[in-house]
Amino acid sequence: MSALLEVQDLRVWFENRERQTRAVDAVSFSIERGETFALLGESGCGKSVTALSLLRLLPPAARIVSGSVKFKGEDLLALPEIAMRGLRGSSIAMIFQEPMTSLNPVLSVGTQIGEPVAQHRHLSGKQLKRRVLDLLDAVGIPDPMRVMDAYPHQLSGGMKQRVMIAIALACEPALLIADEPTTALDVTIQAQVLELLRELQRKNGMALLFITHDLGVVAEMAHRVGVMYAGEIVEMAARETFFQTPRHPYSQKLFDSVPRLDKRGQALAMIPGSVPRLDSAFTGCRFASRCEFAWQRCRVETPRWTVLENGGARCHLVEQGSSVEPQAPVLTLETRHQAPENGAATLLEVSELTVHFPIRKGFLQRVVGAVKAVDGVSLNIPAGRTVALVGESGCGKTTVGKGLLQLLPLTSGSVRFAGQELTTLPKSQLRPLRGALQIVFQDPFASLDPRMVVADILEEGMRALDVGKSPLERARRIDQLLDEVGLAPESKYRYPHEFSGGQRQRIAIARALAVNPKLIVCDEPTSALDVSVQAQILNLLRGLQATHQLSYLFITHNISVVEYLAHEVAVMYLGRIVEYGPVEAVLSAPKHPYTQALLSAVPLIEKETGREVIRLQGELPSPAQPPNGCHFHPRCPHAMPVCAQRYPGESAFGAGHVARCFLYG
Amino acid sequence: MIAYLLRRMLYAIPILLGVNVFIFILFFAVNSPDNMARIQLGMKHVTPDAVAKWKHEHGYDRPLFFNGPAPGAGKFTETVFFHKAVPMFAFQFGAADDGRDIGQDIKTRMWPSLVLAVPVFLIGLLVNITFALILAFFRATYIDFGGVVLCVAMMSISGMFYIIGGQFLVSKLLHLVPISGYQGGWDAFKFLVLPVAIGVIGGVGSGTRWYRTIFLEEIGKDYVRTARAKGLAERVVLFRHVLRNALIPILTGAVVVIPTLFMGSLIAESFFGIPGLGSYTIDAIRSQDFAIVHAMVFLGSALYILGLLLTDVAYTLVDPRIRLA
Amino acid sequence: MKLVFLQTDILIYCLLLVIGLYIWRARGKAHLAAPWRKVARRPAAMASAMVLLAFVIVGLLDSVHFREPLSNQKPGVTEYSLEIVSLLDKLLTPLRKHNEKTYSAPLATRLFAMETIEQPDGRIARAYPRLQYGGAELGATPKGYARDIGRLTLKGTLLALLLWLALTTALSTWLTQHRNLGWRALWRGEAELPWRAILFTLGVLLWLVCVTWAIAPHYHLLGTDKVGQDVLYQALKSIRTGLVIGTLTTLVMLPFALWLGVMAGYFKGWVDDVIQYIYTTLNSIPGVLLIAAAVLMMQVYMDIHKDAYNSITERADVRLLLLCLILGVTSWTGLCRLLRGETLKLTEMEYVQAAQAFGVSHWKIMSRHILPNVMHIVLITVTLDFSALVLAEAVLAYVGVGVDPTMNSWGNMINSARLELAREPLVWWPLAAAFVFMFALVLAANLFADAVRDAFDPRAE
Repeated sequence: MSALLEVQDLRVWFENRERQTRAVDAVSFSIERGETFALLGESGCGKSVTALSLLRLLPPAARIVSGSVKFKGEDLLALPEIAMRGLRGSSIAMIFQEPMTSLNPVLSVGTQIGEPVAQHRHLSGKQLKRRVLDLLDAVGIPDPMRVMDAYPHQLSGGMKQRVMIAIALACEPALLIADEPTTALDVTIQAQVLELLRELQRKNGMALLFITHDLGVVAEMAHRVGVMYAGEIVEMAARETFFQTPRHPYSQKLFDSVPRLDKRGQALAMIPGSVPRLDSAFTGCRFASRCEFAWQRCRVETPRWTVLENGGARCHLVEQGSSVEPQAPVLTLETRHQAPENGAATLLEVSELTVHFPIRKGFLQRVVGAVKAVDGVSLNIPAGRTVALVGESGCGKTTVGKGLLQLLPLTSGSVRFAGQELTTLPKSQLRPLRGALQIVFQDPFASLDPRMVVADILEEGMRALDVGKSPLERARRIDQLLDEVGLAPESKYRYPHEFSGGQRQRIAIARALAVNPKLIVCDEPTSALDVSVQAQILNLLRGLQATHQLSYLFITHNISVVEYLAHEVAVMYLGRIVEYGPVEAVLSAPKHPYTQALLSAVPLIEKETGREVIRLQGELPSPAQPPNGCHFHPRCPHAMPVCAQRYPGESAFGAGHVARCFLYG
Repeated sequence: MIAYLLRRMLYAIPILLGVNVFIFILFFAVNSPDNMARIQLGMKHVTPDAVAKWKHEHGYDRPLFFNGPAPGAGKFTETVFFHKAVPMFAFQFGAADDGRDIGQDIKTRMWPSLVLAVPVFLIGLLVNITFALILAFFRATYIDFGGVVLCVAMMSISGMFYIIGGQFLVSKLLHLVPISGYQGGWDAFKFLVLPVAIGVIGGVGSGTRWYRTIFLEEIGKDYVRTARAKGLAERVVLFRHVLRNALIPILTGAVVVIPTLFMGSLIAESFFGIPGLGSYTIDAIRSQDFAIVHAMVFLGSALYILGLLLTDVAYTLVDPRIRLA
Repeated sequence: MKLVFLQTDILIYCLLLVIGLYIWRARGKAHLAAPWRKVARRPAAMASAMVLLAFVIVGLLDSVHFREPLSNQKPGVTEYSLEIVSLLDKLLTPLRKHNEKTYSAPLATRLFAMETIEQPDGRIARAYPRLQYGGAELGATPKGYARDIGRLTLKGTLLALLLWLALTTALSTWLTQHRNLGWRALWRGEAELPWRAILFTLGVLLWLVCVTWAIAPHYHLLGTDKVGQDVLYQALKSIRTGLVIGTLTTLVMLPFALWLGVMAGYFKGWVDDVIQYIYTTLNSIPGVLLIAAAVLMMQVYMDIHKDAYNSITERADVRLLLLCLILGVTSWTGLCRLLRGETLKLTEMEYVQAAQAFGVSHWKIMSRHILPNVMHIVLITVTLDFSALVLAEAVLAYVGVGVDPTMNSWGNMINSARLELAREPLVWWPLAAAFVFMFALVLAANLFADAVRDAFDPRAE
């Protein structure tokens, strides 16, 4: 019996007047019935375009140049549009990355789920409603009757993605294409959705084409894996083989660049440079310029596909039969953890920090309540160390960062920097201190003014804070800064849009460094970057910490980054810190049930035996109406009556490890 | 919702007050009641007595904004501004400079204006949306390209040429309808066909092009891709998904002008001799009648604010995401 | 000759200076130059740019004013004529001076209406009187009329062809030398710029100009109006009025809209409330009424201060400027609201917060980060508004609150020609002339504005 889906030699080009981009170049793979095939790759490698071309839903600028897509033996690319419509949503369904924008905002959820049922199953009236309710129930949505009449904006992100899945499942498709379905979701919600997809697959026996950039998700979901790089599939293997012995140097590097606890104190392996642009013609191997094993042949001759057991790879090394041994990272940082030990002088002391955003209502716009974004956070940041602030989106971690830099009006609380109280300082006296407290933002595309050249961007802070007396001195410093963050001095005359995401983040770091900061608030600085680039930035941040004795407040939702980089970690839930302590203690022996659930939800590359995902019920409540007592109690597996009455006090576990939970007294 | 609307309605008071102050300052910064009297009475041979008499009759025999000698609150109430502006809030428009009752005039002239403006508005909306949908359906083809070029060409023609051209072609050459004039009742039809048709045609260019842009913007959104991934036909995608969303900006954008339809259309009414508020306004401007201009400004502002209010209401009706608070 | 600087002239020169500075700045900045390059690649945009350029040249020629020395000079003292003329007037002297008695059709040799004329032999007859200037060379009883017109057209056409060939050759030689492009590549449209469209438009424009140049001194190409003035002359003189209203108005309103809009969006809170109140109030007054009221007051003011102006031209010019001011003050609200919205979005951008983290002052953040990032909106609005303003001038003239009645403008032409439609037989040419000129300008401006919007709007692909 032939495979359910067979893609042969697919090429998709984007064309406009100026250039031709070969987004997908001769991609072939197949998927069996009931199988999960994961397409793994970094942004811009062509994995989403591949998925869209299977359904022929490409944007108008894209063109399928050649190839065939056989579904149950029938070539989809040769089908007339009407026949194709009959397949979409019934035999092949798709879910997308952004549940926020992928649902029609003005149609009720029930209508949207009912559409494919009415279209392909020709149900209507009571039967249709029945089916919609069943589907909502099947994807685990509580109270389907109510949700059916709701509009998408009334649902949370996780719920919306469940609705998307319900739409996709409506006609029990033989193949489900999931394009980064959990990337926009928090880890605990991601765990729920992945679990749901696995369960549905088991029940319906459908095949799953799972597109992702996250090795952990691949490890949890896939039966077979295809790795895409620059429009090509460079390696294909069964999951076990892939995770034990990745063949292609790119795959190996991907594994090495994932930050983990056991890599602490070492530099992460990183892939130099960035993904090549796809509008140029390639000679030789596409990865050659970034590959440490590349030799002359790689640059001249395009490697052929070498068939291996259950897959293959596209590499001259594999062709020759000499596999590369995964090796330890070549460089280890000589500045191995010079950070001062516990008990270092406190640089910044935050106590009872509160940021409330008033909610106004009614005729006179009276304040009737407040969104308690940050609700009494206390935190010490020692000099030269990294404190990680971890939590899911909406927990208030970014607000803490901006609040302690005085970028937001604080409701109450105190922020003392080197003994100096910042909250009561008048603006003019605050300004000289600004240089000491800097910030690096999440989105490297929004954090640099597109209308300024790099030199102006770097100079702005120096001018405002009188760093460097003369223009000449400042110019010298700019060169020095660029060198320090690993950019060529010529970069200073270029505009931000000429740089890749990783390079932009380097510029943003240089901008913060320019004014000699003592503390840098890093607000998810790597979450918009690919893994390989993330490793570059993390290495850079570590190096800078050592040379400049910097303190970091590292705000993130990515536990593996915390493991790798932080000395201490604070876990936030709904505006409050629920657990705090040294990284080793908190991550290896989490005390608070929320921390436990958060850690267990992170998909791991190595399957640990006996690890059990603690599935959290429901979603993060609104910070405008936090639950009484312990904020976590409605979702907590260990909730007791007392949890609903009072907020728990601190329980200490030694070495500065504290948690707020009634389980411990 | 109710609280929100009430608050918005109260917000209208400072705006209307501001409008009145603005108009008064504009009028009396360079002009004085004496000057007005002289213009109205004829420039030559005006005795001071006649001026004083005219001022008294028309209520200009007080200080403009501030009455120093008057006692108490009279300092502010015994002024031209107070006596002219405050009754407006009760829609008491007073008398025109030639003595006619403005309120009465507005009441009788409102209907011809509406009879012309409402069909132009409704038919125009329908025609523009239809054409825009057709262009959006045929997007990136020669039909779309030709349509857009035609739209740009049509919007490059002054509205006056549409009127002049239409009158010339339909009335003068073909003698299909009267060139201008107006009668009440069913007879109005033959006088209105041409102005309505021209009003619609004159707006097709810009309207169609604008709505097409809105449609195309919606078509590019993610949820449209979801709809296609369900296997829906392009027609269904366009009508059920895109149209619904695109109608939000289109309808709410259109609602704001509904109240101002009362004001009539200046040019068309004047060209076609329709005795509506538009031609009334033009006549007032030409004869420099402050009282009528003032009344029309107030009315226009009040209607505009009503339009804003209606827009808010319309949003809550068509867009489930918006709840007023 | 004594140069006269009318107030609008000075502002036009300022505008040229601003545009010059912008071009100078844009050359070095990739983000400014790139969208313009995108505009330049569109054939329709470049063709309209050529048309606009032709209009601008005429407008600029009409913006250099002077007074000529009187012909009968006393020795030692130079006296100047009171009449202010422009370079364009000098170029068009035959058109300006060749006034007939009343209406005559385009290219006519006789008046349009029959008149009672006394024949040389003393008899009185009803006939179409001979024009004084139209086809004057043909004698009292015009002979060889068709040949004459044909000869002049041919002359103009040949000249246009010659000029065009010369320009094309020069261009392709230059391109071959500097850009390494053969003329084949040029014709196949392989160059970066759409040279075919540019050269085609140039050809059409040259043909029109040359044929006009050949015929206009001898005939009234577009006829004459009620008082016998050449309609072509009026239409050409109206160009400056249209351009001034379309450009200076935006120049006037720009500072208001820019600063108020940016301030409202940046500071939020009570500043925003006040600015929103101001523009909602202004916006709520029906536009035409507001303009009409302001113009009426301006008229009263100018009547009171009659003596302040030396000549009719100066007075009309002041009135034009004030009209631009009034239009500007009443039309900034739309742009202001757009800018407020965009600024609200920009203040949430992380680069603005980064600047705040450096303690950069509000003023500097607004001028260095916000302003450059909203300029594309300003540019798009300005180009889109231009055509709307040119069209609005006609409406205002009709309502009676437009430019000075003595000033040449398309609005005034339409307004006076409107009644002529009722005549039998029909006098159509003044209206047609105004229509063609206005349509050409507005269409070109609209097409150009479209290209500008597509290139600068980040939402557009």
